[in-house]
Amino acid sequence: MISTDINTVLPEIILAVYAMAALMLAVYGGKDRLAGFIFWATSGIMAALGIWIAFAPIANSTAFDGSFTNDGFARYTKVVMLFGSSAMLLLSQDYLEKNKLLKFEFPILIALATLGMMLMVSAGDLMALYMGLELQSLALYVVASFRRDSIRSTEAGLKYFVLGALSSGLLLYGASLVYGFSGTTNFAGISETIHSDGLGMGMLFGLVFLCVGMGFKISAAPFHMWTPDVYEGSPTPVTGFFATAPKVAAAGLFARVVHDAFGGAVADWQQIVAFLSFISMFLGSIAAIGQTNIKRLMAYSSIAHMGFALLGLSSGTQEGVQALLIYMAIYVTMNVGVFAFILNMERDGQPVTDIRSLGLYSRSEPIRAAALAALMFSLAGIPPLVGFFGKLYVLKAAVNAGLAWLAIAGVIASVIGAFYYLRIIYFMYFGDEVEPMTGKMPIIHKVALYGATLIMLLGAVNLFGIEPIAADAAASLFK
Amino acid sequence: MDNLLSIVIFLPSIAALILAIILRGEDHASQKNAKVLALVATLATFVISIPLLTQFDPSNAGFQFVEEYNWLAGLKYKVGLDGISILFVILTTFLMPIVIGACWTVTTRVKEYMIMFLILETMMLAVFSSLDIILFYVVFEAGLIPMFLIVGIWGGKDRIYAAFKLFLYTLLGSVLMLIAIIYMWFEAGTTDIPELMQHQFSSESIIILGVTIVGGIQTLLFLGFFASFAVKMPMWPVHTWLPDAHVQAPTAGSVVLAAILLKMGGYGFLRFSLPMFPIGSDVMATFVMTISVIAIIYTSFVALVQEDMKKLIAYSSVAHMGFVTMGIFTINQQGLDGAIFQMLSHGFISAALFLGVGVIYDRMHTRDIEAYGGLVIRMPIFALIFMLFTMANVGLPGTSGFVGEFLTLTAAFKANTWIAFGATTGVILSAGYALWLYRRVVFGDLIKESLKSIADMDLREKLMITPLVVMTILLGIYPALILDLIGPSVSALLEQVHAAQGVLIDATPNAAH
Repeated sequence: MISTDINTVLPEIILAVYAMAALMLAVYGGKDRLAGFIFWATSGIMAALGIWIAFAPIANSTAFDGSFTNDGFARYTKVVMLFGSSAMLLLSQDYLEKNKLLKFEFPILIALATLGMMLMVSAGDLMALYMGLELQSLALYVVASFRRDSIRSTEAGLKYFVLGALSSGLLLYGASLVYGFSGTTNFAGISETIHSDGLGMGMLFGLVFLCVGMGFKISAAPFHMWTPDVYEGSPTPVTGFFATAPKVAAAGLFARVVHDAFGGAVADWQQIVAFLSFISMFLGSIAAIGQTNIKRLMAYSSIAHMGFALLGLSSGTQEGVQALLIYMAIYVTMNVGVFAFILNMERDGQPVTDIRSLGLYSRSEPIRAAALAALMFSLAGIPPLVGFFGKLYVLKAAVNAGLAWLAIAGVIASVIGAFYYLRIIYFMYFGDEVEPMTGKMPIIHKVALYGATLIMLLGAVNLFGIEPIAADAAASLFK
Repeated sequence: MDNLLSIVIFLPSIAALILAIILRGEDHASQKNAKVLALVATLATFVISIPLLTQFDPSNAGFQFVEEYNWLAGLKYKVGLDGISILFVILTTFLMPIVIGACWTVTTRVKEYMIMFLILETMMLAVFSSLDIILFYVVFEAGLIPMFLIVGIWGGKDRIYAAFKLFLYTLLGSVLMLIAIIYMWFEAGTTDIPELMQHQFSSESIIILGVTIVGGIQTLLFLGFFASFAVKMPMWPVHTWLPDAHVQAPTAGSVVLAAILLKMGGYGFLRFSLPMFPIGSDVMATFVMTISVIAIIYTSFVALVQEDMKKLIAYSSVAHMGFVTMGIFTINQQGLDGAIFQMLSHGFISAALFLGVGVIYDRMHTRDIEAYGGLVIRMPIFALIFMLFTMANVGLPGTSGFVGEFLTLTAAFKANTWIAFGATTGVILSAGYALWLYRRVVFGDLIKESLKSIADMDLREKLMITPLVVMTILLGIYPALILDLIGPSVSALLEQVHAAQGVLIDATPNAAH
């Protein structure tokens, strides 16, 4: 029995053992002299795990009495997260080195955060959920304040910690209510209880608190307050990391909880998710207009994008989950490309984040500017770029589920949002000439930026076959 | 060749790709190469598109040259042409070499400029030939990207405001259409345009927030599409982006915008609104005709007081597009024939007028009407050609402008005399602003010092404008050339609309009385 359990969680065990071994090695070995090696090793092992999970024929199974689920849904999100983490880690090395932040703890913390995320999306039990969530969050609190001597960075870490702890508390309170009224922490058990007894008032309260807690993690408005400050204050690689894998994990967790545990009460959580989606789409789109700091702008952009992802989820159908999964994969790809660019925004060795410093960037670096412009059009959801297809899937799911009003609100928000993406293009192509930026782009960043751009351009052909995979993954939540 | 249509559609993009990859440098020689390559590509596209016209069977009202491949999400890459769309495809391929010719004087970022126009050509051709509604939406929207950059990078002084306005206005209209499209996809279970034309969407009245909506879903879907096409057309009161965009766009951009992009709205009404929502169209027809007439009269008055030549022509375009929408929503044979004819004819005439403005703008670098006068003395050929197109714009018999206006007005008389009465005033007003413009620019004494040394049109400019002269006169004296081609498709469309209206009215007896 225990051996099959261990088989099921083998990828997580490998990552956990690796993280601890790397920690020991670095602490008793060369310390920061080993940092470069650990960066590559961590990135490599995460990519290798991603490939393994993606291609090895692993059967669906559960472990530890159903508290850990390995199904298509978990595998899909894990692959996206592992590749996203691996890519962001590779991209961050150069920046950290330039800013004297190349410490061996960084990749290990990222590996532990990724491990937490993998547990989150596989959770089949409220306890497992909470452990995964906390493992992820604690690692992220530390990396947010990784630049110890910067007030902004420590402030970001502290803010993230306080608000994160508050949201964890709310989530835990919700979990305890659900446990109290259903008598079990197991998702399948909760689902059965709802099936037989219906969703009572206590469970409903629990559900609301759970949604609030997860809303914090996914940075959906009105629980988004931490996002702009943390995005702005954290070192840029950390910001890039926040914008990719943790978002997938939080979205995956959200979908997992509402479908696996509360699949029998769709109408109850649908309203909450639709509300979060509506507010996020508009707040993200409107609040970003006034931003001049590109990291803050990306924070609001991610709030708006999470609104769209939740639009898919709010439909409460398998199609909606499929749309969510496709949307998240596209979103991560776009963000890897955009942050590969942002990491190289510097002048005389100092990072710059003001979007005005992109003035007429297309003159000095036409290819990079064109790539970023394509990514911006994609983020804005303009066809034929892939970002549009992500929106198409979620809108279709919402309309088919009878949420046409929300879909209309979503497209109006996306028009408002198009404005600030266009503004970046405006600075690069039509703006006033400014002192040019001097960053030399390392080859890895070029690969990430151009690779993401090519995916956005060529994906219109068939989305690289992601559609049936996402369909299978979504189906595993609707057994 | 089985893939002839796809070859025509993608050839310009392939040329753009070649330009992007191979050509380097900003010196004079490479700029020249970029222009020549773009010109060759557009000419080749035009030549290859001619067999589409010669092999087209006008007696067949269905879609021809159909190609179908599976795409993602159960969608299809499906293209094909019928009597209506083939004209717009040919119009596009015919005008694009002229547009590239109009870019010849540009000297900044020539390579990118050419790439933008080539990509735009692919998008426009795909709009007119796509037979999958999502594919249509994708290319319809995608055309915005090159247009945004053309206006924004190569435009005039206030280009940024104009570019943003153009983009956000059209995007807002389009996304509402997207919701309607998704709903249709959900309701009919297909995105295939011919199948959607056969599908009858419910037209039972529904009540939303206490408001009874006659025609129900069909009217709502109609409004979704209307939001997009009305902005694109553009119809009053959402036309304000057009004068801004025209004034700020470079000459070639103005030509593309007026001659081809504006036609997407009219094409959309014919391809989607009428056949797919016949009841919705019926419910909204009077409303659309009314705002068309308001547009004709109002924008003609606005045109009268313009100080800027491009702005004047832009407002005149809005007025002429008013005839198109009025013609379409009379829902009878003359109306549709006239609307399509008017769109084509306006494609040639407005292109020529903007080219004419470009000719003198290149010499004097101002578009103020005040700055000109007495050009006929120094530029006799220009004066002659500009006269021809001014007259065509007014709708003088013998030019193509007359046929379209005459047919749409006849149709309007059949449908509603008051509408026709209003629209006819617009014809008089158009004579007013067009002739007055001509008088102020071309006639009078040549008193301004700066104009004394102005040169007449050179060979390139003559070459660009000659095909337009030929087409304007040819279509004016022999309109059957077009009308025979579109006839069967228009009759089939009308039959289908009337049949659907009949069936649905029979099925819902309350609606009939």
